[in-house]
Amino acid sequence: MTYTKPLPTIDVWNRPFWDACKEQRLIAQKCNTSGKVWFPPSPVSPITRDHDWRWIDLTGAGRIVSWVVMHQKYFSGFAGEIPYLVAQVELDEGPMFITNIVNAGRNSVAIGARVQVVFDPITDEISLPKFRLLERA
Amino acid sequence: MGAWALKDKAAIAGVGTTGYGAFPETDDYGLGLEALRLAVDDAGIDFGEIDGLIINRIPNYERFVQLANLNPTYVLATEAHGRFSAVSLMLATQALASGSAKVVALVYGNNGRSARAKYGGSGMWAPWGFTSPGATHAMMFRQHMHEFSTKSEDLANISVAFRKHASMNPAAVMRAPITVEDHQNSRFVCDPLHLLDYCIINDGGVAWIVTTPDRAKDLKRRPVHVAGYAVQASFNHNAVPNSDYWYPALRKVASEVYPRADLDRSAVNGLMIYDNFSPTVLFSLEGMGFCEQGEGGAFVRSGTLELGRGRWPTNTSGGHLSESYMQGWGLIAEGVRQLRGECGARQIPNCNVIQYICATNICSSIILRK
Repeated sequence: MTYTKPLPTIDVWNRPFWDACKEQRLIAQKCNTSGKVWFPPSPVSPITRDHDWRWIDLTGAGRIVSWVVMHQKYFSGFAGEIPYLVAQVELDEGPMFITNIVNAGRNSVAIGARVQVVFDPITDEISLPKFRLLERA
Repeated sequence: MGAWALKDKAAIAGVGTTGYGAFPETDDYGLGLEALRLAVDDAGIDFGEIDGLIINRIPNYERFVQLANLNPTYVLATEAHGRFSAVSLMLATQALASGSAKVVALVYGNNGRSARAKYGGSGMWAPWGFTSPGATHAMMFRQHMHEFSTKSEDLANISVAFRKHASMNPAAVMRAPITVEDHQNSRFVCDPLHLLDYCIINDGGVAWIVTTPDRAKDLKRRPVHVAGYAVQASFNHNAVPNSDYWYPALRKVASEVYPRADLDRSAVNGLMIYDNFSPTVLFSLEGMGFCEQGEGGAFVRSGTLELGRGRWPTNTSGGHLSESYMQGWGLIAEGVRQLRGECGARQIPNCNVIQYICATNICSSIILRK
């Protein structure tokens, strides 16, 4: 069946991220000077504004910072899932993601709850990082 | 410390607002041109006096200048985000203070309703179904609920107050009074935000004529002075909703705007708060120091923002929630009309000072006085 939800826009900076997701690895850039880890991928370190950074593997562990339930139809591909949950997750290394929680709904999700990344292979090229709730709040 | 260099350097001499609603027979150019003509009439100037022009939301400044048949020495288009209404007025003030222009027309036109603007459906988080400014504010508000025990009912008090004001404003699009229950029963657009937490997208145009106080004092209307302003950007490189409710940026704006205007909060008679979504009103009140952080919910609960009841009548036009989403332009026009005493049933008594506040990624505040 054809995948009907929006696909990520691949650009020169985030291509390594999406390539890693395909291998079930979550990666982000780390500033060699400050140690700061950030997402989304960008040309320079937000701390030093220079190119002295490297890709690192993330643990994929984090916590829920906030969450909402989308009731409005903005994407035809999501129409069948309305209302659906979207969470803001802060990874242990610092970066923030907006994502879906695969095993939780409105009544089981909570701010502060621990989550772990899982990968959803939505097309041959793209595996979408989502998160699994590790404990009920 | 000497007086702030831009204190009282600009005066709003005229405002023009079109009707708000669905006007498929015109477009953003047509709405902007109509607002401009109304503002020019209101100020009592000739079109030929306009030597500065700032346009906003209208797609192409070149086409607008052609249509308006103007050849100003200072011409500029600002970004379509609502945060640029305040920024545009600041730029006009700077242009006047520097002598770059003597009479600046600022023109806004928006046909979002007829053009079916959706404010959602794209963005880097679309693969996870996350999109729209409303969802961003919902994400921030959920955190505020968790951190400070704020409730959706607290937001209801804001929507109810602004709708009450709109019921006294013939220009407002939504005028039927609502209750807290109506707010709570309105459908979720993005839980925790209900439909009645969202602004109302419409067609409309707004224009302001801004000039030097010297020029303004001889014109048709009582001038309204830009007593002071302050602005602070607050972006984060994460590209996620801002987890700090713009509080540090708003605190900085608060620390600057009152001294610049040479008055304190107690002198303010009414507020115009950028209400794209009701939570921004709480964030604005907390950040500007009207209450402690986290106490915004309790602060608005007892009718604080309501005309005739509260100390701080806010968005007396109905604001973006009930008058029309004119991205701050209409709120500032309302502030001018309050200071001129033209607001009839919704007039703030003895109105001498109005404060405009915008909580967003470019936080700003402007203090207007008679």
